[in-house]
Amino acid sequence: MGFYERLMTLDRRVVYLAMALAVAIPLFIPFGVPIYVTREVKSVYDFVESLEEGDRLLLAIDYDPNAMAELHPMALTISRQCFAKGVKLFFVTLSQNAPGMCEQLVSKLSKEFNKKNGVDYVYFGYKPYPGLVILSMGQNFRISFPMDYYGTYVDSMPIMQGIRNYDDMKAVIAFEAGWVADSWIRDANGRYKIPVALGVTGVMAADYFPYVQSKQIFGLMGGLKGASEYETLAKQEERIASRGMKVQTITHIVVILFIIVGNIGFFMSKKKKI
Amino acid sequence: MRWQFPLLIVFLGGLFMAVQYFVPLEASERVYEYALDWIIIVGVFAMCLGLWSLFRVSLAKIQTKAPAWGYNFITLAGLFAMIILGLTSGIEEGKPFMDSFWYIYTPIQSAMFALLAFYVASAAYRAFRARTLIATILLVTATIIMLRLIPLGPLSGVNQTVASWILTVPNMAAKRAIAMGIGLGGIATALKVVLGIERTYMGKD
Repeated sequence: MGFYERLMTLDRRVVYLAMALAVAIPLFIPFGVPIYVTREVKSVYDFVESLEEGDRLLLAIDYDPNAMAELHPMALTISRQCFAKGVKLFFVTLSQNAPGMCEQLVSKLSKEFNKKNGVDYVYFGYKPYPGLVILSMGQNFRISFPMDYYGTYVDSMPIMQGIRNYDDMKAVIAFEAGWVADSWIRDANGRYKIPVALGVTGVMAADYFPYVQSKQIFGLMGGLKGASEYETLAKQEERIASRGMKVQTITHIVVILFIIVGNIGFFMSKKKKI
Repeated sequence: MRWQFPLLIVFLGGLFMAVQYFVPLEASERVYEYALDWIIIVGVFAMCLGLWSLFRVSLAKIQTKAPAWGYNFITLAGLFAMIILGLTSGIEEGKPFMDSFWYIYTPIQSAMFALLAFYVASAAYRAFRARTLIATILLVTATIIMLRLIPLGPLSGVNQTVASWILTVPNMAAKRAIAMGIGLGGIATALKVVLGIERTYMGKD
């Protein structure tokens, strides 16, 4: 087997080793990656910035631990921005593994900002069948969530006084790792006309661009890059996604290099045969 | 009657949900809320049924020492451990229930997902070859989209513009066509169910 054929048929273990090094090494080398902010992310940031003290925002934490690296930084940064501005937050989770994610986020930020459950925020918790829960919240939050995550009746909470459904919220920002995103667009925005913005995983981002153009969602944050763009705009101290971007950058370069190497091998070996 | 009655319920339920959407009266809203309540309650029973089914299937495999029965044992042990921890210690941050979630479940799921990076790299290296015109278009498009995530200095702006065009024009056109196809298919299936043409949900064609 010639040199060019070898370039085409590298052992997969070589690829795996290169990837492992590309993931591990950047973690130990301090360097930054310049972030280009896209219009779709900026519109989410501008919206959150436009909120005033006492405004109400519904945050849907609908992701499992496997999407935590991409979506948790977005949720954390936006929640922190809202708490700092005095915006009242209403958390809900519609993915069965998400309650843990949301509980961690809520307990961390409530301590950081000295916010009280039932006064400054409410964590509704999880209910199965996302489409139905989204529809029911459009009628009345109490249909699906008579009690919050901790078992307190929502009617006994000061934050819930005068709150009935989506009409009482400024918008929904949903962090999604699956098809629940469709339900937020179709059921919450389509039926109840509440403005929706999405934070989605990198692989999902391409699927949701059409909804930005059709204005069914007012903003879109895609994957770790979307999260790092938001962090760049928010200028907060903790920037988890921006740290991760250097790893993502190097791994993408490695993948592109492998593709180039494979194609060089392919073309040169074809040329040789001719 | 055994077959007609369920069909009648489905027909009336489907008809009501379709008509209700266009009727902004308070009475209609109330019935809709009531229906939503009922659907959620039925859904909870379906979940209980799922749990019972999981328990029964796993237990049968353990009892008969079926191949790989150890996994079933772990499934049941995990199920009961989480139920007991949740009921006895609470589900707040810092409690054993949440510690199990963070220190057992989360690393397992994250590790599984992280493995994708290796498979994707290997698959991209093998699959992205410019063998034909179509394959070349795919290769070039994928590279531009991947480069979107990498800072390229003065070229970043140009690449972002091109990547953005790919996502918002050809990608959007294809996605919209697929979405419309799915939507029309969904309407057709719903109509078939409501009109009793599609009856497989009753366990009979």
